[in-house]
Amino acid sequence: MASPNPVSVTARGWGWRHPGRSRWAVRDLDLIVEAGERVLLLGASGAGKSTLLHGLAGVLGGHDEGEQAGELIVDGVSPAAARGRSGLVLQDPDTQLVLARVGDEVAFGAENLAVPRMDIWPRVQQALDGVGLDVPLSHPTTALSGGQKQRLALAAVLAMQPGLLLLDEPTANLDPDGVVEVRDAVVRVLDQTSATLVVVEHRVDVWADVVDRVVVLDPDGGILADGDPAAVLRSGATRARLIEEGVWVPGHRPETRAVSTSSGTDLLRASNLAVARIKRGPAVLDGVDLTLRGGEAVSVLGPNGAGKSTLALTLAGLLRPRSGSLDALEPLARGAGAKPFGWKSAQLVSRIGTVFQEPEHQFLTNTVLEELEFGPRRVARHSEEEIRRRIDPIAERLRLTGLLKANPFTLSGGEKRRLSVATMLATNPDILILDEPTFGQDANTWAELVTLLADLINGGACVVSVTHDREYTSALGSRVVAVDGASASVEAVA
Amino acid sequence: MSVDVLNPEITGRLLPRANPLSKLFAAVVISVVVMLSVDWVSAGVVLGGELLLLPLLGISIRRLFLRAWPFVVAALIAAYGTALLAEKTGRVLFEWGPLLFTEGSVGAGLAIGLRGLAIALPGLFLLSSTDPTDLADALAQRLKMPHRFVLGALAGMRLVGLLLDEWRTLGLARHARGVGHEGNPAARFGNFLGQAFGLMVQAIRRATRLAVAMEARGFGAGPRTWARASTFSGVDVVVALAGVLIAALAVTAAVLTGTWNFILT
Repeated sequence: MASPNPVSVTARGWGWRHPGRSRWAVRDLDLIVEAGERVLLLGASGAGKSTLLHGLAGVLGGHDEGEQAGELIVDGVSPAAARGRSGLVLQDPDTQLVLARVGDEVAFGAENLAVPRMDIWPRVQQALDGVGLDVPLSHPTTALSGGQKQRLALAAVLAMQPGLLLLDEPTANLDPDGVVEVRDAVVRVLDQTSATLVVVEHRVDVWADVVDRVVVLDPDGGILADGDPAAVLRSGATRARLIEEGVWVPGHRPETRAVSTSSGTDLLRASNLAVARIKRGPAVLDGVDLTLRGGEAVSVLGPNGAGKSTLALTLAGLLRPRSGSLDALEPLARGAGAKPFGWKSAQLVSRIGTVFQEPEHQFLTNTVLEELEFGPRRVARHSEEEIRRRIDPIAERLRLTGLLKANPFTLSGGEKRRLSVATMLATNPDILILDEPTFGQDANTWAELVTLLADLINGGACVVSVTHDREYTSALGSRVVAVDGASASVEAVA
Repeated sequence: MSVDVLNPEITGRLLPRANPLSKLFAAVVISVVVMLSVDWVSAGVVLGGELLLLPLLGISIRRLFLRAWPFVVAALIAAYGTALLAEKTGRVLFEWGPLLFTEGSVGAGLAIGLRGLAIALPGLFLLSSTDPTDLADALAQRLKMPHRFVLGALAGMRLVGLLLDEWRTLGLARHARGVGHEGNPAARFGNFLGQAFGLMVQAIRRATRLAVAMEARGFGAGPRTWARASTFSGVDVVVALAGVLIAALAVTAAVLTGTWNFILT
């Protein structure tokens, strides 16, 4: 692959404040990244890692889109002037693909840089080879798996022949195979092009062996630690500080509450259940036999696209079973009927709660307090005192008490996740179903969530999670339902 | 399951090879001529010509009907309404209470119905045989429309498919919160509005993220090149001539039979 000149980066007292915010996302940053260096950028949630990466890519916008302090220099000029010298890959595979066909997608960046047509297609082929994506150029981009989409996004950036690769949590939404797939593609590309790398990722262990420098941003401004990975991640004081900040450090698992193993009553029984995403659509999963009991955790594991979420939504009473049966037993049904899909919304929320992957999908009101009160008001006519008595402990427990007047959409990622769990707990359901609850969470939020769920299970509830997270599964002592292709098998406790 | 707006099923052999602009030209010429006159001869000739060319699309009558039935229904309703309300001239064909159909009114209804179908079909030809990406290439490279606008619209269309998924997910997510499609019509309508607002929020978020991703890849920075050349070939001459021929035949036939009925006179 043609080797562009690797790009160096300099920040001098740099800072950025988003419009309408009192707090600086990044401030007082002094940093020099030499050409060809491979840097892992760490920091607590809200430390400004993504802001820095967007700044380096030159996409933060002009003065009307935020306030800048100090200066940021990429390849000797301002980042906006160096656009095309850097390539940015984002977290969500679906919102960064522009065109319909694989070849066109890769060509897009080169076209924008006004590369002559005769040079574009060789670049496209080189870039696809570089990331090991072996599909025809006319292949539809929507028909790719998550890992393939992220490798395509990487190839699309490579066709611009950037001297600086900027990766913003490129593997956060992928299953374990996809993570390795993308990581290996990046390493191969770097070996070929010698480009500079700055990668942001919560899961440090994925990148620790690949990078030659770790930089930790301080949420209060400046840099907390900077050095080679071994020194930063293993030395006592820095390591302790990173753990305190919620950074995932290799070899450390946050402490969580233990789950006591006591089997409760049977709540929900699936026999020979087939599930489909849309009515009369094809069954994505067939022959599921599973009984959910009170006081236990169940993890649904399997690759992306295997039908895990569809199974969870069906168990949650939100999708109609394609065939087979799903029966609520009397301790759960309590007079509402045996078929959860037939329950009214108000009946559903006091029996089965579902936490969606994207918290914003479930926000209905203008304040955190109203969100919390919403469920209980749907279930029955409670007095004001009764409602406060229910939701105050939950708000306290999930550290939402100080945010009760805030608009849910303005919360941080971790706060949104806590609120979406809290709204479900407010109606005290017997079964709680969570779709990828630990995606992109820092270690502190992770530990908080696991502890909370452990308490629920110890209190007799059943917690079902769709997840790729083996540590989460074992921390909750979950039974595993392994979904693979078209079938599901129930394994022993992890 | 995602609805893939940008990868529609392209059918037929000849038409997909033509440049989208020649198809657009033929469709516009035919539609304009049909619109200029309300008479059953010109509309009938155009419709007949279109039906003769149908094999070019390579889809079965059944599939064609599945795609075109809303137009057929609309044409039937328009024809019936016109026949019922148009000026009652000529011999009485049918009379029953207030219902009165004459030769004149039925002729007018027939013209309106045929005209509607004749205008709708060229669009169906264009959509069934054209890849949106090729259309965007042609508009920007050949018609010199601004590339920011054309490619922005193309990228936006892809989001439409994602938003259909999003709408479904939002419905489930809200049901799980205790807001279902139940209760009286007012409650249902309120719920619909809430869900629509949620969809709007998500649409803006996605669009913003997509814009950042496009900008990071140098979009909109300055002059750009095109990886795919939008070219014309012999097929385009044939397509354009076919459009002109059908239009000319329709006008000639209507004028010769004395039915040409220019809308502005």
